[in-house]
Amino acid sequence: MKKWLEPLSNAWGGVKTHKLRSSLTILGIVIGVAAVIALMSIGRGVSAQILSQIEGMGSDVITVFPGSVTERGVAGAGGSAATLTLEDAEAISEQVPYVTAVAPYSSANQQLIVGGENMNAQVIGVTPEYQDANNLDTSAGVFISQYDYESGTKVAVLGSNVADTLFSGIDPLGQQLRMGSNIVRVTGVLESKGGSFGMSSTDDTVLIPLSTLQQTISQPRTVTGGHVVSSIAVIVSDEAQMNTVVTETESLLRSRHGLATGDDDDFSVFSMEELLSTVTEVTGTMTLFLGAIAAISLLVGGIGVMNIMLVSVVERTREIGIRKALGARERDIWGQFLTESAFLSFTGGLIGVAVGWGVSKLISGVGMMGEMTTVVSADIVIMALAVSVGIGLLSGFLPARRAAQLNPIEALRYE
Amino acid sequence: MIRLNDITKVYPMGKRELEVLRGVNLHIKQGEMVAIMGHSGSGKTTMLNLIGCLDIPTSGSYYLDEREVSCLNRGELAQVRAKKIGFIFQTYNLLPQLSALANVELGMRYAGGIDYERAVAALARVGLSDRAKHKPSELSGGEQQRVAIARALVKNPPLILADEPTGNLDSHTGEEIMSILTTIHNDQNNTLVMITHEADVAHYCQRIIHLKDGQVEAEEKL
Repeated sequence: MKKWLEPLSNAWGGVKTHKLRSSLTILGIVIGVAAVIALMSIGRGVSAQILSQIEGMGSDVITVFPGSVTERGVAGAGGSAATLTLEDAEAISEQVPYVTAVAPYSSANQQLIVGGENMNAQVIGVTPEYQDANNLDTSAGVFISQYDYESGTKVAVLGSNVADTLFSGIDPLGQQLRMGSNIVRVTGVLESKGGSFGMSSTDDTVLIPLSTLQQTISQPRTVTGGHVVSSIAVIVSDEAQMNTVVTETESLLRSRHGLATGDDDDFSVFSMEELLSTVTEVTGTMTLFLGAIAAISLLVGGIGVMNIMLVSVVERTREIGIRKALGARERDIWGQFLTESAFLSFTGGLIGVAVGWGVSKLISGVGMMGEMTTVVSADIVIMALAVSVGIGLLSGFLPARRAAQLNPIEALRYE
Repeated sequence: MIRLNDITKVYPMGKRELEVLRGVNLHIKQGEMVAIMGHSGSGKTTMLNLIGCLDIPTSGSYYLDEREVSCLNRGELAQVRAKKIGFIFQTYNLLPQLSALANVELGMRYAGGIDYERAVAALARVGLSDRAKHKPSELSGGEQQRVAIARALVKNPPLILADEPTGNLDSHTGEEIMSILTTIHNDQNNTLVMITHEADVAHYCQRIIHLKDGQVEAEEKL
């Protein structure tokens, strides 16, 4: 037998002699590792899902909201202060560098009626640029065109959920839709983007030209006569210049809004990148938290290994005495018991990875988490295996030391 | 081969101390076959443990193969045991989970590595070739002791120590074991030191040392 294989085959012999006991010990580690893998994969899956949604919204976009940022976040966004105007949007487009396009928009809730169907939805008045700013695609028909915007035509592009609700079984294209006191014609349907986790999705909205919204539903003006919009999305041509665009936009709007130095902004600028980093941080913490909970069970499993190894040392006192009489040094005995406990927990780790992987597949398979899929990544697997071996060595330490330090004469006399 | 100079061994017993060996002087030559006899409590097992480097004396010096071993640390003592000493016990002390052959191989494990061929040959010498795959529980007492002898001899150590090797066996099997030991001793010219209670077993040896109360009481040349 190869020399380096010997400790392993020894360890296997020890495990084999006590099948039930070893299996139960391994089970503790299996549960711990499986829990870590499963929970971490759920955490990773949720993160990936949220990030892909955010990225779907366009990471090269910054959004300007009315209202100011206080320390507690965005205060009065989209409501109290009607400070952003269509003219602001045009100014940004013309004066701020690295801006590809601006997409000002405004929204209002409207009752939608088609035949007997009837629902309340958010109607957003948009410009053609809105499509790029939000990475929208139409599954049927066309998006709102420049012509629609300029002439204020009464057309609508429906979110997929709205289309399904109002026109179940009918092709909505070309159909008429009653929106409050106005009638609009459906010219397009948006592709579904999914969306959950509290973020509003375009699936549940109806898009009409901004000009149409202003003419037919509401036409608020600021004291200076600007056309009020709810927000302005700014598409940046170079993502590296995101910060420049943010600063330039801020100073432009401050001067346009006549704010003196020291006054608070009456708007807030929000970049996707910022959102992305916040969300990454939050979901990372969540994943770690889940992992930490699971790690507790791994710890318990490790204590189980230590317990069994201690019993095993007592039980094999005589064997240790014999080995010492045959010339085993303390480090030989150390090696024997550490190998055995590492072997136990590594085996448990391997099985645990398989079980954890299976469980996480099962979770995404039965759709327990909605559309979310779990993500088992190599780094988690490697980490779980390394931790289980580490736990094996750690929990084998005390028993192995006890074994190595046994007095050979007393050990040989042990019954 | 073995030289004990004024060896004492004292064990702490609670507050008092138990003097097990009190000034033992002994010289055993290379190739000798020596029996140690004495009543229980005479210190013979303690003496064998000292000779076997399982323990160190409280005072006095012990030279094994011209090397003083009474001052070695535990790791060095383990090395001496691995290289120079083969043990045979009254209760065989085979590992129950290992086959006869694996038990013999274990004898080489800490003495430089396992050599399968030598293990097979050692089993053959004690006449157990056909029992190589059997576990100790499947062997008779005599067979187990023969496995233990093979395990002690497989590394061909210069010194073999046997603690009542026939103590658990009937007299017929005991004779078998002794004849195997004698044959091997004659072949390999190891030094053999054994403890025994039985006079007829002791008579296989060339010299008998009688211990009493931790001292050499008498020596008998045969």
